[in-house]
Amino acid sequence: MATTTATPDEHAVVTDGVATEGVRRRDFIEIAAVSAAGIGGLVMVYPLISQMAPSADVLAESTTELDVGALEVGQSIKAIFRKQPVFVRRLTAPEIEQANATDVGELRDPQTLAERTLADHPDLLVVMGVCTHLGCVPLGAVEGENKGDYGGYFCPCHGSHYDTAARIRKGPAPLNLQVPDYSVNGTTLVIGEA
Amino acid sequence: MSFPWARQYTPSNGLTRFLDEKLPLPRLVYNAVGAGYPVPRNLSYFWNFGVLAGFCLVLQIVTGVVLAMHYAANGTVAFDSVEHIMRDVNWGWMLRYAHANGASFFFIVIYIHIFRGFFYASYKPPREMIWLIGVVIFLLMMATAFMGYVLPWGQMSFWGAKVITGLFGAIPVVGEGLQVWLLGGYAPDNAALNRFFSLHYLLPFVIAGCVILHIWALHIPGSSNPTGVEVKQESDTLPFHPYYTAKDGFGLGVFLLAYFLFVFFMPNALGHPDNYIPANPLSTPALIVPEWYFYPFYAILRAFTFDFILPAKLWGVLAMFAAILVWFFLPWLDRGPVRSGHYRPLFRKFFWFGLIPCMAALFYLGGAHAEEPYIMLSQIATAYYFLHFLVILPIVSSIERPDPLPYSITEAVLGSDKKAVLGENAEPVAV
Repeated sequence: MATTTATPDEHAVVTDGVATEGVRRRDFIEIAAVSAAGIGGLVMVYPLISQMAPSADVLAESTTELDVGALEVGQSIKAIFRKQPVFVRRLTAPEIEQANATDVGELRDPQTLAERTLADHPDLLVVMGVCTHLGCVPLGAVEGENKGDYGGYFCPCHGSHYDTAARIRKGPAPLNLQVPDYSVNGTTLVIGEA
Repeated sequence: MSFPWARQYTPSNGLTRFLDEKLPLPRLVYNAVGAGYPVPRNLSYFWNFGVLAGFCLVLQIVTGVVLAMHYAANGTVAFDSVEHIMRDVNWGWMLRYAHANGASFFFIVIYIHIFRGFFYASYKPPREMIWLIGVVIFLLMMATAFMGYVLPWGQMSFWGAKVITGLFGAIPVVGEGLQVWLLGGYAPDNAALNRFFSLHYLLPFVIAGCVILHIWALHIPGSSNPTGVEVKQESDTLPFHPYYTAKDGFGLGVFLLAYFLFVFFMPNALGHPDNYIPANPLSTPALIVPEWYFYPFYAILRAFTFDFILPAKLWGVLAMFAAILVWFFLPWLDRGPVRSGHYRPLFRKFFWFGLIPCMAALFYLGGAHAEEPYIMLSQIATAYYFLHFLVILPIVSSIERPDPLPYSITEAVLGSDKKAVLGENAEPVAV
């Protein structure tokens, strides 16, 4: 780069119409050229970073459809949504009662069961089977598995206990099991679309 | 070596002083491509192509590493994974076209770089080692490009792999065993595809290592120049930065315009449509040719159609490899005392009216069908090619009477050494 630094115009020494000190025409060309090259280089960085984001075929798998017509009270299904497990459970009356009896104010991540289900289907609990601590799959969706101290889900990795509404009650996890966007169309559950 | 008048690096602040003491990288850069490298003041645009080749290598490594994140080297999915890159991966089409056309442009740049070396006899002492390392880099590039072309696993990939490994089958006694060993089978399949991918990823870094040696060797005598007269005084040189960074930057801009013209507007112009057909071991394409940059050597390979003591197939293979290996001997085949073609009238005639038309013909013939009259023309061109390097060049360079050389680079540029505008370290001289 030029060794000349920019100074106010009145200090410019002009010889034969060419400034030899102060801001010269060449300074403008240098700054313009280096800026254009720099911006061009930065623009080229964008595709190099963007290519690591989910590709079109991965995004095309963004919804999962399940038939929940045959899901009986007290039954669970484990399904796969965006390559991760999702737990769908038809809650029993005692489970709903237990969830509603909990004082929401005492919860680490305060939410009522009603806030975690659809108004038309208050007994259908759909949560991601991904512990909010470090991403292990909690136990409790399959008959006979450890449901933890609160009768919901229990993560064996670091001992997080979730209640019947899949809310965090004990252990290191910071949040309730995430409820994905979903809708129910007849007996079809569509996960990934509200 | 650096000239005694080379500017010295002076660390300007605490951080650079710390670095200069612990790991003097800024000093290395300053002396290699900064103001601390004095370069002849008369370099033409032909001297841009070394920097452009370096840029192409970086471009290929960056786009290649990214493509490898999405490519699967397995015969059953390789072709589909390339289509996945083209259709699904964000910007995948652009990255793949940038890589494929980047290979072609790398070869365009390197051929002009080699052409510069031929015309200005850059291979002559004291720069033989730079030339030898350069030929090694060219051979590594050819191997890398060939293996890269196999990866999409289309028809041309498959048959290219088969034909090129078949070359080794021509070697007597061990040939067939060698070919099977190279492929890890009797025909190209998963084993071959996997090892080609592994080596295609490895070799560019080997090339990068050789490039460092190439530049290291260059910095011992310093750059050559269009007059071929060595640097004598400070007025013969300019600091690399800002003079040649600016000139190279301009050349890079022109290069990028041409390159992106291809990437965005005719990305498949330099490829073969047949490579969009998945590999089929049971059907060979009608015209099986390598990528354009291998045409001259492919023409030499196909020129041998008759047995003469050795089988024709072996002659073709030997001639093809010899066509490049002969470059290793150029510093000793060219016996003239003068470097630059500008001052060698006879050499120049044989260069422009002998070697260049011969190379152009080989380029054309390598892509033509293997039929008459192309075979006969290939034979004539091949014969002339070897005649040029092994007979014409040694004789011409021995008997030629070169034109008078300028006393110095300064005289060549300014007309007189006495009017020299001396460098910044010199005392003003009364003229």
